[in-house]
Amino acid sequence: MNARTESEVAPMKNRTTVERKSERELVVTRTVNGPARLVFEAWTRPELFRQWWVPKSLGMSLLSCDMDVRVGGRYRLEFAHGDSRAAFFGTYKEVTPHSRLVWTNEESDEGSVTTVTFAEQGGKTLLVMHELYPSKEALDAAGTGAADAMAETFDQLDELLVTLAASSGRREK
Amino acid sequence: MVQYTQARLDGSFAALSDATRRGVLEQLGRSDASITDLAEKFDMTLTGMKKHVGVLEEAGLVTTEKVGRVRTCRLGPRRLEEETAWLERYRRVWDARFDELDKVVAELTRKEKVDERKNRE
Repeated sequence: MNARTESEVAPMKNRTTVERKSERELVVTRTVNGPARLVFEAWTRPELFRQWWVPKSLGMSLLSCDMDVRVGGRYRLEFAHGDSRAAFFGTYKEVTPHSRLVWTNEESDEGSVTTVTFAEQGGKTLLVMHELYPSKEALDAAGTGAADAMAETFDQLDELLVTLAASSGRREK
Repeated sequence: MVQYTQARLDGSFAALSDATRRGVLEQLGRSDASITDLAEKFDMTLTGMKKHVGVLEEAGLVTTEKVGRVRTCRLGPRRLEEETAWLERYRRVWDARFDELDKVVAELTRKEKVDERKNRE
């Protein structure tokens, strides 16, 4: 007989950290409740990926999401934000199931190389996302949004940030 | 609060929305410079450069000090604060994203459990 597991306690919200490791590197970490196998799936199957990559609070929508997840395979994501459109695209450089993904961001000459590692421990998965930019200036620009294709103009970025700030203050998670 | 944040952001984004002004900030990140130096470097008139520096000064990104006949520009007090602010904005984007990822993985885990149960039955 199977005991129903409805008494599961809502897990504590996991913490996301961002650190600038060097002039050209940014590292984001987060623990996800679930085995690496499933977390990896959520990063590599487009129908799952599109469910989380563009949270509503970003004020954007994902128009299309093509991912050919294998070494040398390409991806392309198209976004809409108001009347503007933006595309992100690049190539997968390394695909090691359940442990490591590396891809390039080719929408600009100053694009970063992103490495994500998946480390499972006790049924949870520690995600470490490492972004390496070609120069300090490129990382600065990505940070201040100067080269941020997500927000084609500063007005839009501004608007987006205000929305983010407002929604995080108003809505309880 | 939102109004205040918006006004602040308006100021700094307007200041940063111009390529010359971003260049000036980069330049000042390397060393302090006079308005004359900056005008020469960016191939502009003194008046034009004064305007740009004025906008940056208004946003708190640059401070200027006049000694004798030379006005020296340096990065303002907002610089570090801005750096922290953009990391925090970036963190929030990823945090929101990962919250959604948590949901997707929870759903996958749930489905797997259901399938296992079915297989056992």
